[in-house]
Amino acid sequence: MTNFTRRGLMQTSAALGLLAATGMPALAAPKRGGRFVAGLSGANTSDSWDGRTHSDLFMIASAQGAVFDSLTEVAADGSLKGELAESWEASADARVWTFNLRKGVKFHNGKDFGADDVIESLKMHVAEGAKSAAKPIVSNIEEMKKVTDHQVQFTLKGGNADFPYLMSDYHILIYPAGQIEEAIAKGIGTGLYRVVSFDPGVRFVGKRVDDHYKGDQAGFFDEIEYIAINDATARTNALLTGQVHAINRIDFKTEALLKANPMVEIQEVTGNQHYTFPMLTNVEPFNDVNVRKALKHAVNRQEMVDKVLLGHGRVSYDNPIGPANQFFDEDLPPIEYDPDKSKYYLKQAGLSSLSVDLSASDAAFTGAVDAALLYQSSAKACGIDINVVQEPADGYWSNVWLKKPWCACYWSGRATEDWMFSTAYEDGVPWNDTHWHNDRFQELLKMGRVELDQNRRREIYVEMQRIISAEGGTIIPMYANYVQAKSVKIGTPEKIGNLWQMDNARMAERWWMA
Amino acid sequence: MGAIGRILVQRLILGVLTLFAVSIVIFVAVNMLPGDFAEAILGQGATPEAVEAIRRDLGLDRPMVQRYLSWLAGVLHGDFGTSFAQANFRSFTGSETGSGLGSVAEQIKPRFQNTIFLAGTTAAIAVPVSLTLGVLAALYRNTVFDRITNVATLTSISSPEFFLAYILILFLAVLNPVFPSLSNIHEGLSFTERLRLTMLPALTLTLVVTAHMMRMTRAAIINLLASPYIEMARLKGLSPMRVIIVHALPNALAPIINVIALNLAYLITGVVVVEVVFVYPGIGQLFVDSVKIRDIPVVQACCLVFAAAYILLNLTADILSILSNPRLRHPK
Repeated sequence: MTNFTRRGLMQTSAALGLLAATGMPALAAPKRGGRFVAGLSGANTSDSWDGRTHSDLFMIASAQGAVFDSLTEVAADGSLKGELAESWEASADARVWTFNLRKGVKFHNGKDFGADDVIESLKMHVAEGAKSAAKPIVSNIEEMKKVTDHQVQFTLKGGNADFPYLMSDYHILIYPAGQIEEAIAKGIGTGLYRVVSFDPGVRFVGKRVDDHYKGDQAGFFDEIEYIAINDATARTNALLTGQVHAINRIDFKTEALLKANPMVEIQEVTGNQHYTFPMLTNVEPFNDVNVRKALKHAVNRQEMVDKVLLGHGRVSYDNPIGPANQFFDEDLPPIEYDPDKSKYYLKQAGLSSLSVDLSASDAAFTGAVDAALLYQSSAKACGIDINVVQEPADGYWSNVWLKKPWCACYWSGRATEDWMFSTAYEDGVPWNDTHWHNDRFQELLKMGRVELDQNRRREIYVEMQRIISAEGGTIIPMYANYVQAKSVKIGTPEKIGNLWQMDNARMAERWWMA
Repeated sequence: MGAIGRILVQRLILGVLTLFAVSIVIFVAVNMLPGDFAEAILGQGATPEAVEAIRRDLGLDRPMVQRYLSWLAGVLHGDFGTSFAQANFRSFTGSETGSGLGSVAEQIKPRFQNTIFLAGTTAAIAVPVSLTLGVLAALYRNTVFDRITNVATLTSISSPEFFLAYILILFLAVLNPVFPSLSNIHEGLSFTERLRLTMLPALTLTLVVTAHMMRMTRAAIINLLASPYIEMARLKGLSPMRVIIVHALPNALAPIINVIALNLAYLITGVVVVEVVFVYPGIGQLFVDSVKIRDIPVVQACCLVFAAAYILLNLTADILSILSNPRLRHPK
């Protein structure tokens, strides 16, 4: 490991600890063979192979993780590598991007992969009436040009240094041109596994493609089976009785029992997923930055990590950029729970006491109501009276989020800083859930987007994280870990991806039968 | 047999009217829930434009009465429509995807078959067991056997289903791995394999329904044991077993059949919790999923299936009780 970063050290030391505890050799070489069965949550009867609709683990692991490929891929260590694209280069202003595509790649139905497939697959997201979650990404492309059969040139409306990162989004899958409808119906991609059977909301079975461009470096199982198990207890049972090899999202309450089982290993990574309390900064009293600062000092972050996440998380100082991001600021000045400071800022705002409503529901995140109640009790010492309004889970995202002045919310985070900021903190974007506006922040956001120099970008994004932490309208008390479990029969690489659950949903590609 | 034919026709017509009423109630109820399909499916991503687009595509912007009537017209033609989820995907690509999952009927069919299989397996275990236990409890009433049977069955019916399920999982899947805790049912399984996978949910449900049937059998028989003709049989010197099986049981059949029918209907409509615990892909989970995302065509179709199950099973029970009773079979 030549590239030694603090972030990398943190993740691997946890993994090494686990390995040391089991007494296994640290590096067992992957080998081909076997049938991998996983019990995964996040499945719905409305699931399909249409990447535009994917939003939860089951379909992400089945589609991007097994059957389909994207242009680029985020490796387990957070770096970007090519998947269907071999290499890429940008113009100096990061506006024109040229992607060189991999040659000799075939779809599962035998069709050769080429530039047309890329262009047509991307166009799906901006088609008339399409409701793709990746629309904001693709609509920034002004022109897509096929240079040769294996080279595509994208001209963007505005420069974006992260464009290759954005192409790794799990919504942007590459389908065979001219057969997209059929490919969506049957699941025809270029991935390591072809569809054997798919029953939406119930089960997916895939078989390893014999001659795949990823060769022997990935996709070690002969066959994979993903079973939809939305109930946490049923998932745990399935793992303990050996009917599945791995499960996602273990129930923290039974974690100790899983740990005690010698046949089971728990994997835990801190990623970008964070739980938030956004306030509308154009609504009284939150329009006063001193009120926001008073509230920032009125929350006991460590207590929330301990009691709401039962320790499976990490304190955040109102920073939407997480440890899985490239330019995460480890040295962000801490915001401690401090009633005196909180009172001081209240006085600055010209108030002696404050009474505000906080809307919460467990639809926002598991334990949101408990977190709000903890906030209520810690804020009492600061002279702030928080009235917790328990909202119905049904229709929470339509009726409460973005509507009520202060509520609970969550973000799974984004692979890049710009992506996260421009989704939820840029001036005027629909999901700016704080209606926040800060001139310097906007300026930096635009600068960072077109800056190709890594050191310069780090400076920009660190400054942005400091601004948003000190003055922003979102209280972000914690990053929530991804905690999953697997049987000791399954081997995994030393480093597990932390961008998303289950090794970035790519366990079919990266894990093997030990 | 003319009387029975008349009852049959009469009850079937009433049944259709009931189904009609049920469909109205369900339609109104689902519409009164906060949020609709568009908001539910988009979740956090529900921007006003996206919600509008989906509503327009699915015709959710039309008034409720109009939507109901067009659904009803479809059903009368045997077309249960397309689930919103599938219709929504279709509008993504702009045409038929030909995935074979298009219609609600096709979506429900495999799930319903699974449910029927589970109900059938349960009934095949539970009905003989509870009848036998009931008869034996009546025969040896107020003995230790009677008390133990009563306490055991009442305990199992009084415990929540998921609790019974976990107990069975603990003993039959974790400690002694006899049956799998995961009912991973799919096409292409052999009958025996399918039966093995279905066993734990079926046993759980057996525990749930046995008490009701067993106690009704016991009560109906004991009720008759005081009647003069039973006394006569006893005085003739018949064995107690023969008195109960040959003389009492035939007259006690009517209430027992009714209770069995009710329990069978329960097995078809009310086993969501057991399905969730064992991840059994039955119709109950599909129903709950559909209510969650307000997929009205699927919810409606499931409700019609449930209501029809109740109506038909009750009808069967009534017909059978008439047939089992000569006095009703030949009315004066």
